[in-house]
Amino acid sequence: MQTYDLEADGLRGLNSSLQAQNAETNQTSWEIVNPKGSHAIAVGLDAPIEVTVKGSTGYYCAGMNQQATIKVEGSVGPGVAENMMSGQVIVDGDASQYAGATGHGGLLVIKGNASSRCGISMKGIDIVVHGNIGHMSAFMAQAGNLVVCGDAGDALGDSLYEARLFVRGSVKSLGADCIEKEMRPEHLNILKDLLDRAGSDAKPEEFKRYGSARQLYNFDIDNSAAY
Amino acid sequence: MKDMDDQIPRTLPIQSATFSNPINAEIRRAAATGIYDIRGGGAKRKVPHFDDLLFLGASVSRYPLEGYRERCDTSVTLGTRFAKKPIELDIPITIAGMSFGALSGPAKEALGRGASAAGTSTTTGDGGMTPEERGHSTKLVYQYLPSRYGMNPNDLRKADAIEIVVGQGAKPGGGGMLLGQKISDRVAEMRTLPKGIDQRSACRHPDWTGPDDLEIKILELREITDWQVPIYVKVGATRPYYDTALAVKAGADVVVMDGMQGGTAATQDVFIEHVGLPTLSCIRPAVQALQDLGVHREVQLVISGGIRTGADVAKALALGADAVAIGTAALVALGDNDPKWESEYQKLGTTTGAYDDWHEGQDPAGITTQDPDLAARLDPVDAGRRLRNYLKVMTLEAQTIARACGHNHLHNLEPEDLCALTMEAAAMARVPLAGTSWYPGKDGF
Repeated sequence: MQTYDLEADGLRGLNSSLQAQNAETNQTSWEIVNPKGSHAIAVGLDAPIEVTVKGSTGYYCAGMNQQATIKVEGSVGPGVAENMMSGQVIVDGDASQYAGATGHGGLLVIKGNASSRCGISMKGIDIVVHGNIGHMSAFMAQAGNLVVCGDAGDALGDSLYEARLFVRGSVKSLGADCIEKEMRPEHLNILKDLLDRAGSDAKPEEFKRYGSARQLYNFDIDNSAAY
Repeated sequence: MKDMDDQIPRTLPIQSATFSNPINAEIRRAAATGIYDIRGGGAKRKVPHFDDLLFLGASVSRYPLEGYRERCDTSVTLGTRFAKKPIELDIPITIAGMSFGALSGPAKEALGRGASAAGTSTTTGDGGMTPEERGHSTKLVYQYLPSRYGMNPNDLRKADAIEIVVGQGAKPGGGGMLLGQKISDRVAEMRTLPKGIDQRSACRHPDWTGPDDLEIKILELREITDWQVPIYVKVGATRPYYDTALAVKAGADVVVMDGMQGGTAATQDVFIEHVGLPTLSCIRPAVQALQDLGVHREVQLVISGGIRTGADVAKALALGADAVAIGTAALVALGDNDPKWESEYQKLGTTTGAYDDWHEGQDPAGITTQDPDLAARLDPVDAGRRLRNYLKVMTLEAQTIARACGHNHLHNLEPEDLCALTMEAAAMARVPLAGTSWYPGKDGF
């Protein structure tokens, strides 16, 4: 176990040390103490290592992660795991805005609630939120799965493309071109796998599925009221 | 009686300046289709521009340098503020961001070839970086756009600089739309979207808003790239003083200011013609912001939007820019709007010099298309050579002017070398009206 005191030793040293790891490293387990809400913690990693942040973080924790498993024992600021490509990010607490924004792959688990615009422009990432999510979540979401074990706020999935949305609780409102869709066996299987991997005991059958009506994919003047 | 009527002088038909033929045609087109006009390119309306400025040249008080004999340097280094590896260019003319998707693969390759041969940089666009353009570009700037189409950290680390795009001159405050007819299998895959749908490019970034957030975003990008490469911030010209100041405050190494003549792949005509500032009007306020913050020349300023000649380059630099970027002019050098395609332009309902339906993917020149047969018309080697030649000519022209003004480096050009032909240009460029020592806003005459 490598322990890094962020307050004492600084952000640049932390990220350069973590970014220097590769598939052959024997320094596979890292613990970051005294994060104190710092921004850009553990960003740009590209190795199968495990990093535990002992406290809450600021913006963009685990940004653009590849391969690494990053666990935050606290809450995270805006843009956690933004543009993640692969690996896992697990947040014990709550997440601020834009969690998992534009992520291409990997799994983001938020054990508390996520604020607005969770999964905005997601491009293949899987996101599981144990609690609730805020308004405009999955805006222009392109691909991947967003699972919400609690409730969703206003305008869920506005201008959605091909991402799948699963919500167990209530949805305050759906955004433009987002509709409820049939939950077929293959969706239940996807959901079961994600819930298992995210450590949730929720039952797939308790969820509803939402997706794109695909009515806004090509501009049509008769749809202008939807924009 | 009829004979007498024929002898009465008639009032000539008078076209309305307000309801002109083009305006009326657009009203009829809108009424027939129910959709606004979308097109490529930048503002076509006449606005105050570099043509409204003149160089004074040497005189009794200044002596010139000998043309072709005395050296006039053209090099520029971008990103000297924070980056470990600033970009060093032989010439102060760069290639602006244009996407694979908007442009064909051969066109992107040609831009890389031409820029590299001339010793300058080229820039990616929406949709990410292709191996072809990385391979053919000695210096490649990676655009970090609101859509984040194709954005990944591996390509980010391959870049020689990162350009965070806040806006562009053709549509400040607007996003973009790549229409379905240009979404080939490869473009669709790079952007993680289905083939054939209209791809919306967002107008603002998904994970930050405002200059305080931008500062943190820049920190993240620097941390991911080990503080190696310069970070540019590109804005469409709207509030040049404050946008420049805020970009500096947020930590930019380079500010790119794009005027309304700067081109786009596809945007509403009403947006292109009615939003933003002319390029000429945004240079002095941007320079003023840099000077007020004590970072002029430490944070470099790149100006774009309607740069066509070495004279334009020299004028932009004389007003305080460190470099310029060209987009539309580079496409013309590759072969866009070439008269040899006139018969095909006419089939598309347009003519040479006016073709701007770049979004429809039917470009006869093979540049703004994803149609493999049309794209194959552009030989990237030949087109790259034409771009190289054009960049060299512009550089020679700028050097000629600089020597005539007595300068041994293009960066030694200064506002005092210029005068203005119009009151508007004098006010915007803050240089005297020709034959006077006065410009609007300055006391005395």
